[in-house]
Amino acid sequence: MDQQHIRNFSIIAHIDHGKSTLADRIIESTGLLTRREMQEQVLDNMDLERERGITIKSQAVRTVYKAKNGEEYIFNMIDTPGHVDFNYEVSRSLAACDGAVLVVDASQGIEAQTLANVYLALDNDLDVFPVLNKIDLPGAEPDRVAAEIEDVIGIEAMDAPRISAKQGIGIEDVLEDIVHKIPAPSGDPEKPLKALIFDSVYDSYKGIIVFIRIVDGSVKKGDRVRFMATGRSDNVVEVGYFGAGQFIPCDELSAGMVGYICASIKDLKETRVGDTVTKDDQPCEEALPGYRKVNSMVYCGIYPADAAKYSDLRDALEKLQLNDASLVYEPETSAALGFGFRCGFLGLLHLDIIVERLEREYDLELVTTAPGVVYKIYKTDGEVFELTNPANMPDPAEIEHMEEPIVSAEIMVNTEFLGAIIKLCQERRGVQTGMDYIETTRVLLKYDLPLNEIIYDFFDALKSRSRGYASFDYELKGYAPSSLVKLDILINREYVDALSFIVFKDSAYERGRKMCEKLKGEIPRHLFEIPIQAAVGGKVIARETVKAVRKDVLAKCYGGDISRKKKLLEKQKEGKKKMRQIGSVEVPKEAFLSVLKLDSED
Amino acid sequence: MDGSISIYIHVPFCVRKCRYCDFPSFSGLSGRMEEYFSALLTEIREEKLTEGRTAETVYIGGGTPSCVPPAFISGIMEELSKKYRISPDAEISMEMNPGTVNPEALKAYREAGINRVSLGCQSFNDQSLKRLGRIHSSEDILKTFDLLREEGFENLNIDLISSLPGEKKKDLIRSVEAALSLKPEHISVYSLILEPGTELYREYEENRLKDLPDEDETLENDLAVREMLKDAGYSRYEISNYSLTGRECAHNRVYWNRGDYRGFGLSAASLTGNRRFANTDDLVYIKSPGKTLKEDRILSDREAMEEFMFLGLRQCSGISEAGFMKAFGYSITEVFAKELQKQIKDGFMEHSGDRYYYNDRGLDVSNILLAEFIAYDKI
Repeated sequence: MDQQHIRNFSIIAHIDHGKSTLADRIIESTGLLTRREMQEQVLDNMDLERERGITIKSQAVRTVYKAKNGEEYIFNMIDTPGHVDFNYEVSRSLAACDGAVLVVDASQGIEAQTLANVYLALDNDLDVFPVLNKIDLPGAEPDRVAAEIEDVIGIEAMDAPRISAKQGIGIEDVLEDIVHKIPAPSGDPEKPLKALIFDSVYDSYKGIIVFIRIVDGSVKKGDRVRFMATGRSDNVVEVGYFGAGQFIPCDELSAGMVGYICASIKDLKETRVGDTVTKDDQPCEEALPGYRKVNSMVYCGIYPADAAKYSDLRDALEKLQLNDASLVYEPETSAALGFGFRCGFLGLLHLDIIVERLEREYDLELVTTAPGVVYKIYKTDGEVFELTNPANMPDPAEIEHMEEPIVSAEIMVNTEFLGAIIKLCQERRGVQTGMDYIETTRVLLKYDLPLNEIIYDFFDALKSRSRGYASFDYELKGYAPSSLVKLDILINREYVDALSFIVFKDSAYERGRKMCEKLKGEIPRHLFEIPIQAAVGGKVIARETVKAVRKDVLAKCYGGDISRKKKLLEKQKEGKKKMRQIGSVEVPKEAFLSVLKLDSED
Repeated sequence: MDGSISIYIHVPFCVRKCRYCDFPSFSGLSGRMEEYFSALLTEIREEKLTEGRTAETVYIGGGTPSCVPPAFISGIMEELSKKYRISPDAEISMEMNPGTVNPEALKAYREAGINRVSLGCQSFNDQSLKRLGRIHSSEDILKTFDLLREEGFENLNIDLISSLPGEKKKDLIRSVEAALSLKPEHISVYSLILEPGTELYREYEENRLKDLPDEDETLENDLAVREMLKDAGYSRYEISNYSLTGRECAHNRVYWNRGDYRGFGLSAASLTGNRRFANTDDLVYIKSPGKTLKEDRILSDREAMEEFMFLGLRQCSGISEAGFMKAFGYSITEVFAKELQKQIKDGFMEHSGDRYYYNDRGLDVSNILLAEFIAYDKI
């Protein structure tokens, strides 16, 4: 099929504005699947995604649409995540597209992520057209929201399709707009192969599957291709495109098309997302510009609960990294937790998802330590280094000064909650850089905030102080000098490296106190009293005590039924097995995340 | 195999199920008593394994053995005397509920050979008795006790439960005072356990059981009880058991010292050598007495050693090094040196002469300590 009849696009939206539902409706309406074959959300095929109701991993689907002009068009729809943590993945997906459908909730209007996603799309030179969703809801005001889109984003919106993806209203209009408002690809099929890797997955049957968008030229089975960044070449053993939830092999992929190739790639690290694929015997002149390099924003230690599972954890991380290039890890050791990995993530949600996938898909039981950001340390001897693990912080006497990462954040909020949100930002050491009224009742607040203040629970606090109405987006701005100290925790007078964290000096006392309180609640009572102390630079600043057990409550022996008594004792012992031993104290793995819950009473 | 043996008989019938009880017992099934006892007789009659040995103790428990016609009890004793040599000075105990006893029945029990009675009193507080679903009042206890003495029973136990919901220390003290005023030979004081499947547990799950004493109160209650019983001349010889000198329950001692015992009836457990087995908890027992087992296994040496520890150490006299060596052919320190040393060092255990035993602090937290003798790898 010629390029004039191909449309490569993404759907972009703020979370919960209905992106995945619209994607499902498009797949249904294009007739590739019958209604009955539809799972509720075809694109989100990972269990985890379905449960959380969000899209984690971008995926592509190819469908065929017969337009009102009587001609058939191939739609390559590339799904993107909506959460702020995953901007990098959004950006990768967008680079493979020629246009984007912007979904906006007709009652909520523009939200922080709407803006962030539109800017990303425009950065990628995509044509964007809006769709107003959820018009079936009583609070829908499509005219107001259309005007808002024109005012704030500056794209035409008055004739935007007014739809309800959930009810299936107006889907046809969206399909026609895709045909007419999104440009056809314009590569040259006669030129040497030039294709962009925008994703890759590991499949236990096919091996590594590389997702590509062909810019110029074509590729078919048997071709020898070269990956330009690594210089490695391989034979293509299969090419194909994406059915709904399955891979469908075909003869050839040519300029403008989106699909996949499988080659006999053994090493997981050989395929780099953002790399350019060309033909080995007839290479293109220069590679496509790579993607924006992704930087980890948040780090934490991940350890197997059972030390013998260390190599299983390493293998699992290696496989996950192939599906998720934004995950980085390196081995580390902890006195308290043994052998594990220091892992870098895009944000807290990303961290949560990776940990859950490791536990669920790879059946691992993990102990994770409190997440932290990357600090820059300037030592008195002139050395500068990046600190990702609080345990490695040098002696304060050797530190000239420290810098912490700052983000510029945009918060969209109703004026009703403006005071509460400004107060929250001030508590988190924010500096206001702007305040724009979008409408008389809605404000776009701009703040510079230390990343360290938002990674734990800022989002939750924001939601609870605005009754769920505020939306939030941020990007890394840079580093700024700050007064920081390392807070250490001692359990039964033993220093626990995995519990240390870095904190703004003026908050150290408060955080130390809360940390001790939390740990007191997490650590079960033992046969002896356990002091829990928080210390800065060797000086104890807070203390709590876990009282000793003095009396057990099930002392009866059941006559001759000894097996029953034994089961009770075994259960007692089993509970201990799930704990980590710190000196003579058994610490449950949840305790290592206590720092995350310090502000949960907000 | 020969030597002495202890016999347990299970009677799984009750007038009413108590609200804390998860023992195998049924109320409202009096229509099946006859079938059940005939099954019991069959199981005893067909016994080969321990046949002919000398029974030093017999214990008829339940359930409520005193709620069935006394003739059934006599029938069992008669069958046992055909199968075993009942020692002339055997301890023959029977459990009774104060709401179920009359002089004629007691005469029949005496004639059948019963010489020790364990009276399930639980409390002398009428409000608590009601809340526990007991069928008797505190006055019934006093009357029954007098009746037992009148009928010549001179070895009596009173069971009490401490840490009941709604009870303060003074309530428990009153119950213990009342029990002491009756001058029983033996007193057991168990802490209330909320067992899954019981009415009380459901109350707890549904958050309706709000007046349970906390750990500190429980400990204080226990200390008070211990003090009172000691002052009255009762020695503590196991975590929950107290007696006048020489009146310890010989039958329970057999359990804790891993002597051989044979249990007959629904759910009854047996230990012969290193074989542990137990009958089913289901009424299917009636159809195939002694044939349907819920457990039947040969204990490994390691398991037997663990049992030796966690049963023996329940007793205040603890365990003997020589006893361990005799039973297993290993020195106890070859197997459990680390655990013993740690518990001694932490101040819970004493080592004196040939014996290891828990002090009061250790007995208070025995569950945690005893669990340390169980190996990790099997769990």
